[in-house]
Amino acid sequence: MSRMLMRASNVTAVYAADDGRDVPAVDDVTIEVPEGQIVGLAGESGCGKSTLGNAMAMIANPPLYVINGTLEIEGQSIDLRTLDPNANRRHRKYRGDVVSLLPQGAMNAISPTLKIRDLVVDVLRAHDRNYAKSDAIDLATDRLKMLDMPTRVLDSYAHQLSGGMKQRMVTVISTLLNPKLLIADEPTSALDVSSQKALIEMLLAMVEKKIMSGVIFITHDLPVLSMVTDRLAIMYAGKVIENGRTEDLVHNARHPYTAALLASVLDPTEDTRTKHVLGIPGSPPNLGNPPSGCRFHPRCRFAMDVCTTKEPATLAEGDHEFACWWAKEHPRQSVPMEVSHA
Amino acid sequence: MSEAATPTIAADTTQPVLSARNVTKQFKVAGGHITAVNDVSVDFHAGKVLAVVGESGSGKSTLARMLLRLMPVTSGTITYLGKDVTTISGRELRDYWRDVQAVFQDPFASFNQFFTVGHMLKRSLRLAELSEGGEAELIEKCLGYVGLKPDDAVYKYPHQLSGGQRQRVMIARALMMNPKVLLADEATSMLDASLRVSVLNVLQSLRAELGLTVLFITHDIGQACYLADEVVVMEHGLVVEHGTTDEVIFSPKHDYTKRLLADVPDLKGSLKSRSWQPDAPAAVTTRAIDRKDA
Repeated sequence: MSRMLMRASNVTAVYAADDGRDVPAVDDVTIEVPEGQIVGLAGESGCGKSTLGNAMAMIANPPLYVINGTLEIEGQSIDLRTLDPNANRRHRKYRGDVVSLLPQGAMNAISPTLKIRDLVVDVLRAHDRNYAKSDAIDLATDRLKMLDMPTRVLDSYAHQLSGGMKQRMVTVISTLLNPKLLIADEPTSALDVSSQKALIEMLLAMVEKKIMSGVIFITHDLPVLSMVTDRLAIMYAGKVIENGRTEDLVHNARHPYTAALLASVLDPTEDTRTKHVLGIPGSPPNLGNPPSGCRFHPRCRFAMDVCTTKEPATLAEGDHEFACWWAKEHPRQSVPMEVSHA
Repeated sequence: MSEAATPTIAADTTQPVLSARNVTKQFKVAGGHITAVNDVSVDFHAGKVLAVVGESGSGKSTLARMLLRLMPVTSGTITYLGKDVTTISGRELRDYWRDVQAVFQDPFASFNQFFTVGHMLKRSLRLAELSEGGEAELIEKCLGYVGLKPDDAVYKYPHQLSGGQRQRVMIARALMMNPKVLLADEATSMLDASLRVSVLNVLQSLRAELGLTVLFITHDIGQACYLADEVVVMEHGLVVEHGTTDEVIFSPKHDYTKRLLADVPDLKGSLKSRSWQPDAPAAVTTRAIDRKDA
């Protein structure tokens, strides 16, 4: 495997609930990004994927507290814990320079009264108060040229751009400082397929041109992830339950949850025309009181007695990791898909 | 128009339930106008699901808004059960709105944050003009159609529901009016894949059980493929292709349809060059790993 760019170890992040309890949204998660690769983070709504992204980007704000976790990137080791309220200020240097987060719905955060060029200047000056306006615009212009995008966009207001173009612009702006790692949270979810493809191609070009050295791509859209990522990590109820090379996961899912997510994908194919997908029964668990044993067992078709009592250990086959009792008993077998045909 | 009673539309393929004839919508802009929907004619037949697909800005939602009578047409006519409804108003329009219901993209935007789901559903019932007393049963029945129990929803506030639950509550709300036509405008695009399938399955079973006519607007051809009987492809306000789902998706004629299909991300495909070979089974052993030691 190629050199590791980043490794976030044993990240635990909790939301402080009103009744004084801590709800762990991310529970002892370790995730790695190899140099030059795009890693996908997938799972249902509420599984903790965005919370993990926020923890890694160090933008955890109350009621979210990161209570454990370190992030190693290019020889630096950074303590992710929310230590004091001033942590925010302390980490400003880190954000944007080392790790840049493109939050969900970022394209809607462009000020309607400013031109895109003003946003470019604002972002760069947030990092260096004395950044010259002309230098900022030059940097953005060069970057757009490099990615074969029209530079006239800089003189536009947000409402003059399509959703796809706005999303590509915020992606470009968030990487102007050449962060080591870009964390993109649902960047394609609000876009139609053609704009999705344009954004994905741009991201691939950015990695190829070494604008950033690695990307964590968060979305629930598995077909998009399979187009763009090298590796995938699947999260369920705050834990990573399977992770490996994208091809391995897509063709050879080892966790029943991954298989159920894959079965829910609707491709425009003859197969989709006739199949009846059941989806995943039930709903994700309450993280304040997660199920005993394997957290997926109440919704799992393969649940055995042991699943209800003991948490499965993480196993590996090559560099494909998974945590499932069924997979342990069925070495090297893909989980059978449950789909009925009309 | 009809009372709020069990829909009794027979699967009649000769007379459409709802139809749009040469409908055009122009918006004024500085120095002229934009034609958002250009001379579109579509028929919606009872008990069928018709999908309208196209990229952002192709006029799908504008067409839906006109069909819903939320926006006046620039020219053309809309006919509902043989009656011209293009310019009806007052009482007639209220009756029309009861029969033609809609579910929109963002379920969060359709709720008032300060009211419980039960309160919201009861308010909607004013349009149904029910006699007192039947409310709770009707709410329970309609939540049942979408696989929710009253306890899951009625006493909860919108933020306590998941995205899929919120969208299913919106469908239940629409069903309380006992509609003949349900218009779903990107109703599943904010949901993740497994919830999306469950909402699509709800629509499928409603068509089978209640003979509901569904207009399904989406940019995702995969969903149209799963659910629809007919597909209309729109580009820049024009209908460029219209046919059965099999015709449009498996043997597309128009270049735009072909491009849309080509842009759909493929689970088994990749933009990255890969030469994936499954590892030889014997070479791989299952081993335990412990992160804390690593």
